Amino acid sequence: MSLKSNLHNLKEKYKGKKMAPAFNAIHTFLYAPNETTHSGSHVRAVDDLKRTMNTVIMALVPVLIFGIFNAGYQHYAAVDAVNGVVRQASLFGNFLTWENFIMGAWTVLPLVIVSYAVGLAVEFLFAVIKGHEVEEGYLVTGMLVPLIVPIDTPLWMLAVAVVFGVVIGKEVFGGTGMNILNPALTIRAFLFFAYPTWMSGDKVWVHQAVDLAGGPDAISGETILGYLAQGKGAEMSYSVSDMFFGFIPGSVGETSTILILLGGLFLIYSKIASWRIMVSAVIGALVMGLIFNGVVDAGWITETSKFYGLMSFAFWQHLIVGGLAFGIVYMATDPVTGAQTNKGKWYYGFFIGFISVLIRVFNPAYPEGVFLAILLMNVFAPTIDHYVVRGNINKRLKRAKNATILPRDGEGKAQELKAETV
Amino acid sequence: MALLSKKDTSLILDPLADNNPITIQVLGICSALAITAELKASIVMALSVMFVLGMGNVVISLMRNIIPSKIRIIVQLVVVAALVIMVDQVLKAFAYELSKTLSVFVGLIITNCIIMGRFEAFALANGPWRSFLDGIGNSAGYGLILIIIGFFRELLGSGTLLGFKVLGDPIEKTGLYAIGYENNGFMLLSPMALIVVGLIIWVQRSRNKALIEEN
Repeated sequence: MSLKSNLHNLKEKYKGKKMAPAFNAIHTFLYAPNETTHSGSHVRAVDDLKRTMNTVIMALVPVLIFGIFNAGYQHYAAVDAVNGVVRQASLFGNFLTWENFIMGAWTVLPLVIVSYAVGLAVEFLFAVIKGHEVEEGYLVTGMLVPLIVPIDTPLWMLAVAVVFGVVIGKEVFGGTGMNILNPALTIRAFLFFAYPTWMSGDKVWVHQAVDLAGGPDAISGETILGYLAQGKGAEMSYSVSDMFFGFIPGSVGETSTILILLGGLFLIYSKIASWRIMVSAVIGALVMGLIFNGVVDAGWITETSKFYGLMSFAFWQHLIVGGLAFGIVYMATDPVTGAQTNKGKWYYGFFIGFISVLIRVFNPAYPEGVFLAILLMNVFAPTIDHYVVRGNINKRLKRAKNATILPRDGEGKAQELKAETV
Repeated sequence: MALLSKKDTSLILDPLADNNPITIQVLGICSALAITAELKASIVMALSVMFVLGMGNVVISLMRNIIPSKIRIIVQLVVVAALVIMVDQVLKAFAYELSKTLSVFVGLIITNCIIMGRFEAFALANGPWRSFLDGIGNSAGYGLILIIIGFFRELLGSGTLLGFKVLGDPIEKTGLYAIGYENNGFMLLSPMALIVVGLIIWVQRSRNKALIEEN
């Protein structure tokens, strides 16, 4: 008997029992169900939740693979730097090597496994308790989480944060599709506020930097934003192409702007993510960056200011460092937590970019603010939608009020009637 | 004859669970968020509110027939303010460090919605003995939640209970810290107190479905 019919029999056996959702979930995850609807009208579309989620995961796989190589590369680069060897990144020379891959896989894959195992366990638990089907919502969250945390995040911390994020961020609101906050960012925010020493500084972005700290072999890797926040922009040895291709320290998946860009184009092409949000977020970030550059050019702040480093950073380069690109493409476009109306998406995206750069520059403790900006706009998304919808209704009411209703043919004299407002 | 009649007992026990001022009536949240980072502060706050509400209820109840209803709020405020100043002075005299920790929040007991709420809803219409029991009951319900929140926030946020290092020393890496455990800094921030209150509300309502409001 095939696996499919085995699973089907199991599903039949547990029908109506408490554990039914768990078996149903395994069956539907792997196969199409045996029963199909025969009568009545129903939507015959292939883009169900499962496929939507899988498309996003496909867009994330290149980023994940790059993250694995980069984790290894940054570790060996930091070791080299301690020994006085300056590395010049080259894709085939010293980046795509087995050495990097093994080191990276050894550190990144446990994050992925813990994220999925804990998150899905919580999802299954809630499905069984509440008696609804297991939803696919965690598939993307589980992949996003390992990509937005520093490489050496202790696994138990990740597990605690995942439980918090899935329960408080999603399940209390009623599960997939009902959440106000993006669960992956809730997890990131929890980690940031709960364990700040593991989430910022110059020791967390490179594998083993924390373990070796204080010893003779101590290594470190500061992010570009970290350098700028401390006013050490001149010491930085990364070129613009390093930033764009992603040979820089940072959270696991956020560094390679080009791969994120390709993933974003793929999501736009497959119509999974909204291009309006992406474009307006980029515009928002550029506008804020230009304002800061203008402040510097106007001479309102001098080099003694602690904001000088980040304010004088070229406005367009904000897009290729830190988590801004990743946040805009994969997190801001979450269809559940983002704005739903087309006009609302422009406002929603614009403010994400705008506020991200604002927080990035003015946050004294941690020079990054994309996750905070997106969470903030998640909260405001329903409000934005409300006003867009209200505005539309008012516009149409006004139109209806001023409309002239012509008499029907055959009725006597032409009479102008004003429509009653509702 | 028992000390408390059945009706009187329910005055004390109801606010502890099914009519809790914090989790059911959602009153007095501000102080529950502000001072619960340490268990000791929570306990002192709970006792202070118990004193103020117990005594205040008795005073208001005794005066209930002579207070003109137009100015009753101001009379109530005077009574609370007098009692709160007494608590504040006692704390400053005998527990100075703690009164520093609680800082302005002792004074802010005046604005605690539970106190005015009980004056208005109960003491103005009942005799002093029953008002006293009601005051004790409600402040106990309030204090119970404060202590639960304080317990979890101090244990998970600082790894201590009443100042004792129950989970080991985070700097010398003993106890749980030896195997990589770390304090959860989020627990020390007020938003987490709100989430803990939310979790208590969740647990309470899922155990007793009758408490779930219709909407």
